[in-house]
Amino acid sequence: MSFDIVLWLVQDGIVNGAIYALLALALLLVFAVTRAIFVPQGEFISYAALSLALLQAGKLPGTVYVLVGGGAIAALLDIAVALRDKAPGRLPRILAVYVLLPLAMAGIAWWAAPRKLDMWIQVLIVFGLVVPLGPILYRVAYRPLAGASVLVLFIISMAAHYVLTGLGLVFFGGEGLRSQAFSGAHFKIGVLNISAQSVLVVLATVLIMASLWLFFEHSIYGKALRATAINRVGARLVGIPAELSGSLALTLAAFIGAVSGVLIAPITTIYYDTGFLIGLKGFVGAILGGMGSYPLAAIGAVGVGLLESFSSFWASAFKESIVFTIIIPVLVWRSLTTRHVEDEEE
Amino acid sequence: MAARVTLALFLVFMALAPLLVPEFYVTLMNYIGMATLVTLGLVLLTGVVGVMSFGQQAFTGLAAYTTAVLTTVYGVSPWVTLFAALALTAALALTLGFITLRLSGHYLAISTIAWGIAIYFVFGNLEILGRYSGLDNIPPVSLFGWALDTGRESYYLIWIMTLAALIAARNLLDSRSGRAIRALRFRSVMAESYGVDTAMLKIIVFLYAALLAGVSGWLYAHYLRFVAPHGFGVNAGIDYLFMAVVGGASHVWGAVIGASLLTLLREWLNDLLPKLFQRTGNYEIVVFGVLMMLLLHRTRDGLAPVFARLLPAGPGRARPAEAPALARREQPQSGEALLEVRAAQKQFGGLVAVGNLSFEMKSGEILGLIGPNGAGKSTVFNLITGVLRADEGEIRFRGERIDRHPTKEIAARGICRTFQHVNLVSAMSVLDNVALGAHLRGRRGTVAAMLRRDRAEEAQLLAEAARQIDRVGLGSHLFEPAGSLPLGQQRVVEIARALCGDPLLLLLDEPAAGLRYGEKSALAELLRRLRAEGTSILLVEHDMEFVMGLVDRLVVMDFGEKLAEGLPLEIQTNPAVVEAYLGGIE
Repeated sequence: MSFDIVLWLVQDGIVNGAIYALLALALLLVFAVTRAIFVPQGEFISYAALSLALLQAGKLPGTVYVLVGGGAIAALLDIAVALRDKAPGRLPRILAVYVLLPLAMAGIAWWAAPRKLDMWIQVLIVFGLVVPLGPILYRVAYRPLAGASVLVLFIISMAAHYVLTGLGLVFFGGEGLRSQAFSGAHFKIGVLNISAQSVLVVLATVLIMASLWLFFEHSIYGKALRATAINRVGARLVGIPAELSGSLALTLAAFIGAVSGVLIAPITTIYYDTGFLIGLKGFVGAILGGMGSYPLAAIGAVGVGLLESFSSFWASAFKESIVFTIIIPVLVWRSLTTRHVEDEEE
Repeated sequence: MAARVTLALFLVFMALAPLLVPEFYVTLMNYIGMATLVTLGLVLLTGVVGVMSFGQQAFTGLAAYTTAVLTTVYGVSPWVTLFAALALTAALALTLGFITLRLSGHYLAISTIAWGIAIYFVFGNLEILGRYSGLDNIPPVSLFGWALDTGRESYYLIWIMTLAALIAARNLLDSRSGRAIRALRFRSVMAESYGVDTAMLKIIVFLYAALLAGVSGWLYAHYLRFVAPHGFGVNAGIDYLFMAVVGGASHVWGAVIGASLLTLLREWLNDLLPKLFQRTGNYEIVVFGVLMMLLLHRTRDGLAPVFARLLPAGPGRARPAEAPALARREQPQSGEALLEVRAAQKQFGGLVAVGNLSFEMKSGEILGLIGPNGAGKSTVFNLITGVLRADEGEIRFRGERIDRHPTKEIAARGICRTFQHVNLVSAMSVLDNVALGAHLRGRRGTVAAMLRRDRAEEAQLLAEAARQIDRVGLGSHLFEPAGSLPLGQQRVVEIARALCGDPLLLLLDEPAAGLRYGEKSALAELLRRLRAEGTSILLVEHDMEFVMGLVDRLVVMDFGEKLAEGLPLEIQTNPAVVEAYLGGIE
């Protein structure tokens, strides 16, 4: 293996690793706040990537139907609650968030699709289509089960994953799509040939991490989320509604998923179900980092990217096996260094 | 009785079913039986013990491939390969179990995904296992030369094994080990304090779950006569979890309900939806997901409790019959040195919870440990029982140093405790909770329990538990779930549980909190009687009237250190103690 190949593999690994790192953060955030292992994270990636590719091809992405339909269901659920509570004052807000916003986004996408606008505008439209799916998903799937066991929440995550993957197949079809690169430029640094696309991925990752840090450290909503993650009962007692935290966590997760999808769309061909495996690798990264610390999770995810890139070079048939078995030695090391008997919360 | 009738009707139905229904449904029932085996393992492992596993299909696959290779390549009889397959499954399960079961909740779940995915790719990439196309021409199981090669014949093989596993699991949960297993999820610290080897028990449950999955894999290979990797992907593992949760993850019969519902639902959706939508392949998974959401939104505990409510309620359980008393420990001579704490020290970060604390306790006395909130009294209990390890100093029990022993070994020496924060398995009956205290006085293990070879000992344990419950005055609450009692009574249940352990030294952490006046005097009377029988008691309590009238001596703690020690009267007039409790007079 020559030095060029090593450098090329490292570059490839870091780019994928950066995306896994973003996903690791999202998964960690949702888990900390809601106790749900957030399997549908992968669908946000697929939906965003496929929507972008379809917009570039001048077609209306099927995401709009999921958005409008999901919004309508969420609205119906909330309206039923509002009527039962005899609180019609809530109706305008419900309609605005779950009906008007999705319809407006769908309208924009419908108008913009055949016009093949500038790529940056298309990316914004994709965000507008995918990010609202987060709170809608929380309302429809998770909120009725707030406080349930990790196991039940996981099963709900799987059910949501099935629904979204199935809808993905219905609306996007079984074919894979790849979007155009943001930039075709390459720079040469010594022997290293760096594509502008990879630089963009890494920059975007760093930027998002920095803004998440600012959000958690310096905004009241960020602090509310952190408080909920540390102690849900305590957070509720000081007036942070559990629904708000859950909804906010899923909105952030959807945003991160959308960014990852947009970033990875030009690098790999994305199918309606590709997101799951990508999300899973983000998860492995989070584990390698210890499932508690954001910086370590990010480093762990980059490690997964590198490992994947090198193992696909040496033993491509066993690539996935290697990536997933790497967790076991790490876990062994952890199990040897920690000694505790711990009780679950009842 | 009603439960017996229901069970008998179910068995008759299962025995006759293949004769009455078309072949197609026999096939479905065979799939249900095989899925039930794996799901049952998950009910125990995930539902009861709380260890989430996505990796059961790895064991199914390993057993299926083992028997496939041995029977097709080497021509070994399937009955021999059953043992080979189970041995290999057990070896893998023990290896994975020893490595990963020490991990806390989510790490463990993830490690199961890891091995589940990894083994799938191994199956798919090994030449000897036929890569992704798998192995075929596996012979059917034959019995005395008679090949079980039709669906109806296989049905009996599959369901006899499945029912045996279900009954064994039910027996296991209703036994000495079963009580300990049911405490693992939320109360493992308490279980260790009563001598349960929680790590070993977890591994046993894990092994049983893996072996059930292995049996299912063996049946699968010989029923389908074909194995391929896609039957053992992560999706299969997740399907089993769905079955467990939908059926009711902590109910043995939930495994049958969940496996049946999911298998039938899948079949029905695959059959019906294409007709409905005039297209194939797209909507099944969406409808399936939506139905699962609706179901869990309605009943997050799964369907087993719903079914249980439909069955006629039988008469309540009968009080355990009298049985020969269990052997008791010999109490040490009164006045012999029992417990010595020497210069014990425990810090949490910068906070000194216990600092340079020394005191001694003689056999046959009641020693009160008092002090303001946060003085470190409960930490002292945790140090003595080994729940926490002292940073410095030493603790001796009857002359032997115990501060480096694990909790369960300290319990084996006759130290029983109650907890300041009630530590009962709230869904379990008062009787079972108290019987858990006698864990170390029984010997029968998990296999004996599954085969019901433990009934004589079990009767003794339950009779002892009932006696201790009577003794603390809760005899009319034997079968109520412990969590349904008022907090004060739950503390009393804790005392009964500690008494069930036949203690030499009884550690009581605020036993009188939440009790009414009459209950308090009954408790004081009970403690005096225990002292008269030779039991020594170390008591943490805030109720001074209760303490002063009862104890022989007092140790007063403040800010982790010993403030004073002496007879109740001396302590009451000690100026330092008065200042610590009432604040100084300016």
